[in-house]
Amino acid sequence: MNQEELNNKISEIKAKLIGYEQPLANRIYLSCEAENSYALNKFLFEEVPLRFLIATGIDSEDCFEILYHYAYDQTGCVVTLKTFIRDRENPSVESISPFLPAAEWIERELHDLLGIEIKNHPDMRRLILADDWPEGVYPLRKEAKK
Amino acid sequence: MKKTIKKPVLSVGPFHPLQEEMEYFQLTLDGEIVTDIDMRISYNHRGIERISETLQFDQVPFLVSRICGICSACHPLAYVRAVEELAGVKVPERALYVRTIITELERIHSHILWAGLAGHFIGYDTVFMWAWKYREPVLDLLEEITGNRNNYGNVKVGGCREDIPNELKPKILKDMDEITKKIDMLIKAVLDDPILHARLKGVGILKNEDAIKYAVAGPTARASDVAIDVRADDPYGVYSELDWNVIVRPEGDVFAKVVVRLLEVVEAIKIVKQAIQKLPDGPVAVEVKEIPPGEAIGHVEAPRGETFHYVRSDGGNRPVRHKARAPSYVNVPSFKASCIGQHIADVTITLAAVDPCYSCTERLAVVDGHNNITHDYEKLLRLSREKTTRIIREA
Repeated sequence: MNQEELNNKISEIKAKLIGYEQPLANRIYLSCEAENSYALNKFLFEEVPLRFLIATGIDSEDCFEILYHYAYDQTGCVVTLKTFIRDRENPSVESISPFLPAAEWIERELHDLLGIEIKNHPDMRRLILADDWPEGVYPLRKEAKK
Repeated sequence: MKKTIKKPVLSVGPFHPLQEEMEYFQLTLDGEIVTDIDMRISYNHRGIERISETLQFDQVPFLVSRICGICSACHPLAYVRAVEELAGVKVPERALYVRTIITELERIHSHILWAGLAGHFIGYDTVFMWAWKYREPVLDLLEEITGNRNNYGNVKVGGCREDIPNELKPKILKDMDEITKKIDMLIKAVLDDPILHARLKGVGILKNEDAIKYAVAGPTARASDVAIDVRADDPYGVYSELDWNVIVRPEGDVFAKVVVRLLEVVEAIKIVKQAIQKLPDGPVAVEVKEIPPGEAIGHVEAPRGETFHYVRSDGGNRPVRHKARAPSYVNVPSFKASCIGQHIADVTITLAAVDPCYSCTERLAVVDGHNNITHDYEKLLRLSREKTTRIIREA
């Protein structure tokens, strides 16, 4: 697939997106709400298909964001799916590890460092924080700065 | 009454007996066969992403260069690529050449280091000693250019901090020719040795479909027929202007990974020689005053695989978020696929075959059961010196 074909393929899921930006030919940023994260990730990994890179979790004042980064190596394109988690009190998202084992570790890290609940994760336990680290203290959250 | 048989578990770590780094593997065994593997990491977590948010954009390269001692040109380059993409910075031509040359020199010494370690892990200490001797000229070159053997601190937003002096060009070409002779000898020795074939062929196979499921990167992926290489897929530096090959092997075993790395050294030498010959005149940096709000991505091909950084800015002078992903983060979980079904004796080399880098810079301390430090670094150092003095005196 060339870049144009890739753009067309990705636009198959436009209905589930709340944003689409392509600041450069080979950088695409898709935005969606948390409840569509599982289906969209499955599409990107299995249907397109893209290579999973990593996920970035961000504490953005009024919501949490999880950015799932994927690569399409034939054109050097990086496709990022920005998932917005609006519920700050009980942030949660569906795990994508059941179909993507490569995401297991980063989902454990998101839970450790940002306190986002990853539903139906096959092996949820601490990855980064020590065993005796206190519960409820999430180092990458903004309030942890104080 | 039914007897429950407990499965024996072999713990390797947390201070790995061979690799001498902090990692912890629990192997569940059935006789001599490994039936499951569990890994614990993060003994060396330093909170780098969090620290990035407290630094200014131009201070971050010095921080991330210390994520890893032998990928230390690649992490700052990936970060800087992201910031330059964010700010729309056009880096001068000569800087792209200098960055390419330093990254490839790093690849040469890192792969030769790994070849030596692999030899050491299977008991071939001569390979270990010779490989580490052959990589010395590369470290000397890096020291002449950047002032340091590791942690070069040469990359900055907008270009490079140090230039390669034109008087050094003949020496670099000569050193590359010398290393070529040694590497050819090493490659022939590995490809022909029947004992290495017996120890490494068919061992620790990572199948192509597992390589994709675990999203592995670098030589670990290329040795399992996954033809990915950031230098070719999303070119940076001057890779797209030079003549070189991506090395891919289909077998997926440890031997394939050895071959991929050694042949990549040959390609890296080709790249350095061409880059030196074509090195254009000009400045090695442009000044960058402001980073506008936005987000961007920077990725480079480190010796271990794709190093990926994401940077978000709000227009201030510190990153709002900086995500750094080292290739070992995706390569290490793939042990679940490559170690299960292996004999314990083969696990040692399989665990080393992805060239994991845990970056061992943590200080050691001894604590009692209540987390009070009883022996800190200073005290341990003193005890060690007293013991050495005593041993010498009593000898």
